[in-house]
Amino acid sequence: MDWLQSLRLAAPELLFTIAGLAILLVSAWANGKTAARLANWAVVAVLAAGAALTAPVLFSGAKGPETLAFGGLFAADAFAAAAKLLIYAAAGASLLVAPAFFERFRAMRAEYPVLVLFAVLGMSMMVSATNLLTLYIGLELNSLAAYVLAAFLKTDDRSAEAGLKYFVLGSLASGILLFGMSLTYGFTGTTDFAGIAAAFKDGLPAGAAFALVFVLAGLAFKISAVPFHMWTPDVYEGAPTPVTTFFASAPKVAALALTMIVTLKAFGTQAPAWQPIVIFAALASVFWGALGAIGQTNIKRLLAYSSINNVGFLLIGLATATPAGASAMLIYLAIYVAMTIGGFVAVLMLKDSDGNPVENIADFAGLSRERKVLAASLAVVMFSLAGIPPLLGFWGKLVVFQAAVQAGMFWVAVLGVLGSVVGAFYYLKVVKVMYFDEPAGKALGKSDWVHQAILALCVLFLSPLGYLVVKCLTALSDLAVAALMTAA
Amino acid sequence: MSGFPILSVMLAVPLVAALACLFSGAAAARTIALAATLIDLVLGAALWAQYDIGGAQWQFQENVALFQGFAWKLGIDGIALMLIMLSVFLMPICILASQSIEKRVSEYMAAFLLMETLMIGVFAAQDLLLFYIFFEAGLIPMYLIIGIWGGAERIYASYKFFLYTLLGSVLMLIAMLWMINEAGTTDIPTLMAYDFPADAQKWLWLAFFASFAVKMPMWPVHTWLPDAHVQAPTAGSVILAGVLLKMGGYGFIRFSLPMFPQASADFAWLVFALSMVAVVYTSLVALVQQDMKKLIAYSSVAHMAIVTVGLFAFNVQGLEGSMVVMLSHGLVSGALFLCVGVIYDRLHTREIDRYGGLSINMPKYALLFMLFTMASVGLPGTSGFVGEFLALTGIYKMSSWVALVAGSGIILGAGYMLYLYRRVAFGEQKNADAAAMPDLSVREWLMLAPIAAVVLWMGVYPESFLAPMRADIAALDARLASARPEGDARLTAGDPTTAKTHEAQSHETSAHGGAH
Repeated sequence: MDWLQSLRLAAPELLFTIAGLAILLVSAWANGKTAARLANWAVVAVLAAGAALTAPVLFSGAKGPETLAFGGLFAADAFAAAAKLLIYAAAGASLLVAPAFFERFRAMRAEYPVLVLFAVLGMSMMVSATNLLTLYIGLELNSLAAYVLAAFLKTDDRSAEAGLKYFVLGSLASGILLFGMSLTYGFTGTTDFAGIAAAFKDGLPAGAAFALVFVLAGLAFKISAVPFHMWTPDVYEGAPTPVTTFFASAPKVAALALTMIVTLKAFGTQAPAWQPIVIFAALASVFWGALGAIGQTNIKRLLAYSSINNVGFLLIGLATATPAGASAMLIYLAIYVAMTIGGFVAVLMLKDSDGNPVENIADFAGLSRERKVLAASLAVVMFSLAGIPPLLGFWGKLVVFQAAVQAGMFWVAVLGVLGSVVGAFYYLKVVKVMYFDEPAGKALGKSDWVHQAILALCVLFLSPLGYLVVKCLTALSDLAVAALMTAA
Repeated sequence: MSGFPILSVMLAVPLVAALACLFSGAAAARTIALAATLIDLVLGAALWAQYDIGGAQWQFQENVALFQGFAWKLGIDGIALMLIMLSVFLMPICILASQSIEKRVSEYMAAFLLMETLMIGVFAAQDLLLFYIFFEAGLIPMYLIIGIWGGAERIYASYKFFLYTLLGSVLMLIAMLWMINEAGTTDIPTLMAYDFPADAQKWLWLAFFASFAVKMPMWPVHTWLPDAHVQAPTAGSVILAGVLLKMGGYGFIRFSLPMFPQASADFAWLVFALSMVAVVYTSLVALVQQDMKKLIAYSSVAHMAIVTVGLFAFNVQGLEGSMVVMLSHGLVSGALFLCVGVIYDRLHTREIDRYGGLSINMPKYALLFMLFTMASVGLPGTSGFVGEFLALTGIYKMSSWVALVAGSGIILGAGYMLYLYRRVAFGEQKNADAAAMPDLSVREWLMLAPIAAVVLWMGVYPESFLAPMRADIAALDARLASARPEGDARLTAGDPTTAKTHEAQSHETSAHGGAH
């Protein structure tokens, strides 16, 4: 009976495991382009099914002991569900845009969707973790799949380099995290989050502060927060663009959700101990992300710095350690996913007349006259990333700063908005090239309807029409956070 | 109040038209834009006609709660009404002035219509966050207008405009969040009556000041304005000077003064100091300009400085005067930019030396240009006089030194404006191409004549414009009463009875003396 209950709670993960293995097995025999396309669509369908299984958990606001499975190793509560839905949506989008890209290099293989599916499975476990061991298994499952994905374009040197860099630095981060986890275990005698919180209830021993620092450093690697961000621009630039789309969205959500779980749940009783660290990482990410982006000439590198910058804003929400801050983070995350997917899909759609990808920002010159709608969409994404109202990116920043102000972190909010002004400069640069410069005649290639549809969806969400869903988004985030913060 | 959501309709008309423009050709876009702005003008006239002077403070209210802490809440008082009228009045003229634009017409018209929506939104918003959204969103179309259709240095100017104003505004956003958190509401009328703690008021005031001072613009953060003006197309300059600059003044009168009266009084010296520098310095800078648009841009900064001193005079005359200066400056500087545009379209240069003696070959143009020059100088009978006189009276009650320095701006203003007029319209016709320019066309008449009419109307019978604002300014004055610093003028009202006898005596003497 208990096992049945556990299996029911982990239904999406079980579905992914079985489907992933089955598709892998079938694709071993069925080679070729069509099979790969079919596998791709199959995985999208599986993700949709997983989302359908997960959505009711979020809408019912499930929390408390009845969400725990496998003897308390795994929780299928509303918070995990919220993160999972974002992850599935992001992964689905990055699958849909992939075939057109890889087929150009004759590299579309069925392994791509399967690897994405396994990565999603890992992320699903990460955000459901209630125990350091579940956390680590999920994280590694995700990372292993991600390393291969980064190097997926075997013929491209940059892709191979990205894969290697990601692997070496990612392993280092995992090692640091594992070290921190072992210290935590040493000081508390448990790997269970609730147990850790209870053990640190009366104060943090000096040694355990090291454990905390190491855990946070490992997590900072995964979310690419400064000062552990160095891998991000290289990997984002080198990895094939659909993979970059994936990296910048789904694993970011998973790692940030995980960071929230670890800090607010496991170390939730010791917020003053980690708040200064998070504040530093937040502001450093905001400013370094903004300043680093200014000199970039490659749009993927620019978006990489932009994601570092955005992580900074998200961490401001975390630094408050309040339910309002956590809820703001989830709202921001949802908007961030739409902005990232929209941005990278627009980049994917930029091709020269032979179909080669155009990544150099200078080549976008005069795009607003050659491809009006695409340029306008990219401009919407850029202004939204810069947080200019009435686009939805503004709302994300607003709720985060509101939470910071409510928590009395006035100066953090002021520094944060100043950073956003610095950041606005490079987003403006992209718009300037597209709208003010004379046409360069580079990005003339056509794109297919899947890209157009996804971009249109993202832009619609980011446009002022997106405010119509803010109410529902707020309500869902509050439900999710209620599950996270009371369970501790 | 009728159930008809007239403010929402006024916001929707240009917005829908902007979308329509994006998807239509050049000729159709021109027609759509003109039609939409005229519809809004008619709606604006209806708004003014239905506005109940002496009625409720906030009229035409609409309120749709959207989600927690955010509402679609609109409503206007007399101050907002006048500024909305200014916007809707200038817009069709701007569209007419844009006939010379040949590049990417449909996008151009769309950007302008979007601007109109946002401007009306700024003045009509009654929700703090809604206000901020309208206030900031104007950056995007204005950035594109300067950057795409501007002159040679347009990219530099567009960046400067965007980043300056954004930097000012984000600090205001944090202050707004703090206020929402403290007062527990985003409703602007409620916040206007809320007493914030005195020490917090200081920081909040400074944050709002950072934003409004940049928008205004006040010295020393005015440097974006000459760049943006010179590079913007004519219509862009008109909107920039006519309405966008008014957002700063509106911000002071709607937010800084009523919400933080104590801090406003404490920081009045800062405003006075910056404004006095601005009046003298930018007037002197205007005097040596070779570029007509730059000259008018610097004169805008000087005029806006008179607005700020008037606002912080803490009395009815100062507030009323500032409002009239804002309205008048919106019309007059807009008209002056149009006048520059008229000859720029013919000769494609803004350099003053390239013109001369235009009153010979363009007499009608010279007449109108003269009228607007005089209005800018503040000649009695034009709108400029009413505003500047009231504002200076107000500030005189507060501080005679400030009044002295600010008053010198009028003299300097006469200096640079008349000097400009002399060089352009009088003198010999030293350039053959300038001498061959034809006089005003019908379209140009249609642009300039309505402004001239309103300038004279406001100069001769300002009551039409002051009446709707009177109750609101009195309410603001009452709100400020507790914090009002003591002025150095110590004016005492004379005794009417002695005045009468005095008058009788002087009548006698004049009857005897014969020459008075």
